[in-house]
Amino acid sequence: MAGNKISGQVWKVGHDVDTDLIIAARYLNRSEPEFLAQHCLEDLIPNLLERVKAGDILVAGKNFGCGSSREHAPIALKAAGFSCVIAESFARIFYRNAINIGLPIIVAPEVSRTVQEGSKLGVDPVSGEIKDLTTGTVFRGEPFPPFMLEILGKGGLIPYVREKVKNRG
Amino acid sequence: MGMTITEKILADHAGLAEVSPGELINVKLDLVLANDITGPLAIKEFRKIGVDRVFDKDKVVLIPDHFAPAKDIPSAQQCLEIKEFSREQGLTHYYEVGRNGIEHCFLPEQGLVVPGDVVIGADSHTCTYGGLGAFATGVGSTDLAVGMATGEIWFRVPESIKFILKGKPRNPWVTGKDYILAIIGKIGVDGAQYKAMEFTGEAIRDLSMDGRLTMANMAIEAGAKNGIIEPDEKTLAYVKERAQKPWKVYTSDPDAAYSEVIEIDVTNLEPQVAFPHLPSNTRPVSQATQVKIDQAVIGSCTNGRWEDLVVAAEIIKGKKIHPEVRAIVIPGTQEIYLRAVKEGLVEIFVNAGAVVSTPTCGPCLGGYMGILAKGEKAISTTNRNFVGRMGHPESEVYLSSPAIAAASAILGRIGSPEEVA
Repeated sequence: MAGNKISGQVWKVGHDVDTDLIIAARYLNRSEPEFLAQHCLEDLIPNLLERVKAGDILVAGKNFGCGSSREHAPIALKAAGFSCVIAESFARIFYRNAINIGLPIIVAPEVSRTVQEGSKLGVDPVSGEIKDLTTGTVFRGEPFPPFMLEILGKGGLIPYVREKVKNRG
Repeated sequence: MGMTITEKILADHAGLAEVSPGELINVKLDLVLANDITGPLAIKEFRKIGVDRVFDKDKVVLIPDHFAPAKDIPSAQQCLEIKEFSREQGLTHYYEVGRNGIEHCFLPEQGLVVPGDVVIGADSHTCTYGGLGAFATGVGSTDLAVGMATGEIWFRVPESIKFILKGKPRNPWVTGKDYILAIIGKIGVDGAQYKAMEFTGEAIRDLSMDGRLTMANMAIEAGAKNGIIEPDEKTLAYVKERAQKPWKVYTSDPDAAYSEVIEIDVTNLEPQVAFPHLPSNTRPVSQATQVKIDQAVIGSCTNGRWEDLVVAAEIIKGKKIHPEVRAIVIPGTQEIYLRAVKEGLVEIFVNAGAVVSTPTCGPCLGGYMGILAKGEKAISTTNRNFVGRMGHPESEVYLSSPAIAAASAILGRIGSPEEVA
């Protein structure tokens, strides 16, 4: 995904959106992405899947993804069609999980305070540049450390490690 | 410059003389853990890496505990997947229902984790083992898959916050759960984000091992990477009885650097209750006594240990659960369950009108065994009270110690043991 620019319409959620809200445990007896997508954020945004368009962007407040280690959460968001999550801050396990499965996420504190629901954003996940295409305002997200960029560049942790393991012989 | 206990354990496992916060390092793993929810996803990712075997069949632990004994066919399928993988890989530490327990109660009890270990688990409450002086943290299934395949994982070395707990609580019902709820109430659910929470001071030294494990368990509820307590004579007495391998005691240097030092005097601390819908929404129990409850849950990886059941039984003995309340008691492991049978605790609970379940994570995460209907309220010794955590999105969970949950079960509303004496 590295280098691929993203653009999409904004969905907004508040602070401390936890992994139970992103995908409730009652659905964790299955792990197919399509199934998880059907219940993504359902207790917060009713009928999300019917309304979300592929490529849309989720903008959140502080501490997005707090709680459980369930990777089902970023998988559900990605499968529901979100191309990117931008938040004031992320919970650390969620952050790792999103990078590991190749879901771009960007820490950009100003975005949730400024950008309106329904606005269109253009995002460069590598540089962290975020542009509000409606108002023209440009935001700077925190850039990824080079090591994480490498993981994202390979498409996630598994392709990255697969290559390392292969080279080791 | 000295190092903290967290930094020392990480440095040693990375083969480095020293590390400092912010550094990205590659760390060797002593134990890798998953359950029936996170394990199947980890196995799926493991298959993609291109190795046939796990890095060490003695260091991968798989435990069916979340939806186990299986509550439905899809759950049964997930349990089967981790069982079959364990068999295929010849894992030493696969434990079937009836011979296991809630993972974070079971692993310390069985001596599978010891001081100085580095442990990752595909379960956010893996941080529990910090109570033994291990570095332990929760990860997702993909990180876990890489851990299973390579025996290594990358970490960013966390800054540490030192919490010094001073004094002795005057209130006899104040426990480790109340300390950690008070701390989370003070710093918020992201108050320790990405950081290590190091607990120290007189009140920690006085705390039992069960209480220390409870505190470390909830470090994640403040957003921490790990919670940790330096091993002392109590830790070693606990470990000596159980350890299946050698251990190493690490301690923080006196001149170690902390991003923050927070002192808390526990002398006048009251038992705490976390109101919906965040573990940080804490109040003293005296300000919670108007809340009527429909269910009380005593158990989970936070408070399903022996000491927790003893406290609950002491309060419930000879009394009846309130007629409108369901009380569910869940011993954390089979060993605790058996002891509760032998020492008469189960009889006390059943006589009072409570349900005693086999070990499971079920109700804690709204899985099964105690789901809440719309509008229902529960007091629970578990670790999270997010929206819909225990069932319907319009239900409510209040978090407390076993003492408060037991008293509340009798009162039919949140209250203290003094009120039922």
